[in-house]
Amino acid sequence: MAKILMKGNEAIAEAAIRAGCQAYFGYPITPQTELLEYMSRRMVELGRVFLQAESELSAINMVYGAACAGARVMTSTSSPGFSLMQEGISYIVCSEVPAVVINVMRGGPGLGNIQPAQGDYFQMTKGGGHGDYNVIVLAPTTLQEAIDLTILAFDLADKYRSLVTIIADGMIGQIMEPVELPEIEPPQRPEQPWALTGAKGREKNIITSLYLGGLPLEKVNLRLQETLEEIKGNEVRYAEYMLEGAEIVVVAYGTAGRIAQTAIKEAREEGIPAGLFRPITMFPFPYDRLDEVAKGVEHLLVFELNAGQMLEDVHLATRDRLPIHFYGKMGGVVPSPAEVLAEIEKIASPQRGER
Amino acid sequence: MERKVVFAKPEALTDAPTHYCPGCTHGVVHRLIAEVIDKLGIREITIGIAPVGCAVLAYNYFNLDVAEAAHGRAPAMATGLKRVQPDKVVFTYQGDGDLAAIGTAEIVHAASRGENITTIFINNAVYGMTGGQMAPTTLPGQVTTSTPFGRDVKIAGYPLRVAELIATTSGAAYVVRRMVTKPATIASAKKAIKLAFQAQRAELGFSLVEILSSCPTNWGLNPREALEWVEENMAAYYPLGDYKVIDEVKSLK
Amino acid sequence: MHEQIIISGFGGQGALFAGQVLTYAGLKEGRNVTWLPSYGPEMRGGTARCTVTLSDEPIGSPITDSPTVVIAMNPPSMEMFEPRVKPGGFLFVNSSIVSTDSTRKDITTIQVPANDIAEELGNERMANMVLLGALIRATGVISMKSATVALEENLPERRRHLLPLNEKALRQGAEVVEKVARG
Repeated sequence: MAKILMKGNEAIAEAAIRAGCQAYFGYPITPQTELLEYMSRRMVELGRVFLQAESELSAINMVYGAACAGARVMTSTSSPGFSLMQEGISYIVCSEVPAVVINVMRGGPGLGNIQPAQGDYFQMTKGGGHGDYNVIVLAPTTLQEAIDLTILAFDLADKYRSLVTIIADGMIGQIMEPVELPEIEPPQRPEQPWALTGAKGREKNIITSLYLGGLPLEKVNLRLQETLEEIKGNEVRYAEYMLEGAEIVVVAYGTAGRIAQTAIKEAREEGIPAGLFRPITMFPFPYDRLDEVAKGVEHLLVFELNAGQMLEDVHLATRDRLPIHFYGKMGGVVPSPAEVLAEIEKIASPQRGER
Repeated sequence: MERKVVFAKPEALTDAPTHYCPGCTHGVVHRLIAEVIDKLGIREITIGIAPVGCAVLAYNYFNLDVAEAAHGRAPAMATGLKRVQPDKVVFTYQGDGDLAAIGTAEIVHAASRGENITTIFINNAVYGMTGGQMAPTTLPGQVTTSTPFGRDVKIAGYPLRVAELIATTSGAAYVVRRMVTKPATIASAKKAIKLAFQAQRAELGFSLVEILSSCPTNWGLNPREALEWVEENMAAYYPLGDYKVIDEVKSLK
Repeated sequence: MHEQIIISGFGGQGALFAGQVLTYAGLKEGRNVTWLPSYGPEMRGGTARCTVTLSDEPIGSPITDSPTVVIAMNPPSMEMFEPRVKPGGFLFVNSSIVSTDSTRKDITTIQVPANDIAEELGNERMANMVLLGALIRATGVISMKSATVALEENLPERRRHLLPLNEKALRQGAEVVEKVARG
């Protein structure tokens, strides 16, 4: 199939459409707005539901409503909007209805800026809203991967009756590169006996996140945790690059992973044995595989576009059995491969690093 | 001996006993909604949305599919449910804190979009579930647990008149205010609820019935005094009436 | 090949579109390509720039601080990117509005009076294509034919009538380089 040039936000939107997304609700925010705009055209052309909500609060609750009806539904936003959606996400998770949320991250905290950043890692992977929960978090690096993971997100949401997020950033949203859009058969979705479709010929259905008294809620909590265990068992994904003989392994995801890949290639050309470990599921985090990788190497270098958030998971994975270095940039500043290479060089030969 | 049923529970209500306080009119309004749903024969295609507030457990009482929304977000949730299955009947049941404080944006925009849903709005001038704090509809001078010296409008601002506000939106088809204090006003409220659902069935746009309700527990009155208080004080600030009825609704039977 | 090209100018000078033409042409020629714009309020009248990567290998980083080719369409772009061009690389300067010259001996600098040429063609907005034409002729990162095809397939409907003018601008830019080569 011929490759076509697409912008990241539009590629994700088209992937969702091909995955059979029936309804989209969203609110404009840079740098994801093209996703909403794309949906406003294509969803309407296809006779599907598109609605621009009055806020991210409303958008996520519209998603919640459509999910209760059993529809394939999504929203997209960027960091400040993702914060506003935390309420709805917590309710959706507790109600066990499937939905997909795309977060095209920007610099924060506060209004921050609109440049690429990865500052929402904690919020996305450790819960984000109130209560005990996690959601699946998928981290694409290239647009092709963004497309494939968006399609996967809908299937995983159905499979685990939960919310699935894509952790992207402004660079992934704005970049243009060639992609292949798969032709997809109409999705095979699981039965949804729980959906609110009208109590015709059956008992009524209730979807709620309210469970008064201790025991009923605990039962739900235990079930949610059981699902998370199942997810941890089945869905861990990661990519590895030039790990053969590597002594220094960079751990990075998304846009940072992409930049690191170039830095590692250049390091190899200089004779530094560097490699890349790139988690694709940020939740569930590939603790076991990273631990295994770390066993054969001298140093880990965690590289993120934040103050060191995934860093904590790397510590957990390896239990600090080897030196773990960190290189991070905040405020929407994206370092070049040369800057990452300099960090690798510093580790490889401390004297050389102090230029 | 042959027996004839002269009084029965509507099919759209379950047998579950409600948790509402004696003299609270939530139960009356639940029943009116259920009777209308039965009468229109729409129980099997109707989806209700319960609010956060005293009616949070409404999903236990209506014998139909029900979702329980986050505080104030029922109109957004209803929008999602209705947009993906426009052939269904979707209604929200919301109190004054839920609809007129935390959920003001959601209700105004649902109405403004002409979202084809129905909202039953219970206005009892107080936060019931949390124990009697000031609501956006608490009357000037009214004592609540968070306005112990009476609502001072210089500090707490003025009560919000919801039916009047929603009636200004172009997307609204039917907006009225009723109360449920005695048989005649209850019959009038039921008629309004029926018309609101009919407007939705006819795809005429957003419909809202505001119902002045009593909260004897938090007002510190007995049930009878509470109903009198609705008629004397609430109806004075919140006049009953039809605030917007588009022609297509008028011609509905 | 692995080329990273930065095209930078004021918003409205067409830096982003010139980059898209380059990217699309690279794709037509079977390369791996990326196009990364500056975005947001910067677009509204401020600076606008994009980084285009054309490579025979899968592309890692789409950003760089040492581009192999730079088009500086205005003075701030000249100031920012002239020092960053990779040794052995190319710098194209819109000499109609950039008065400073590069002092670097380790790169090839080509002065293109793009706005003047575009004005002579009757449309100042063609300056971006003039500069792109010069880039194509001097670096050969894509063929002129691919650029023309890219233009044909990417000009929005309402600008279709400008296709011949765009192509003419590309050729005029190429001629500037040819003249330099002839000395």
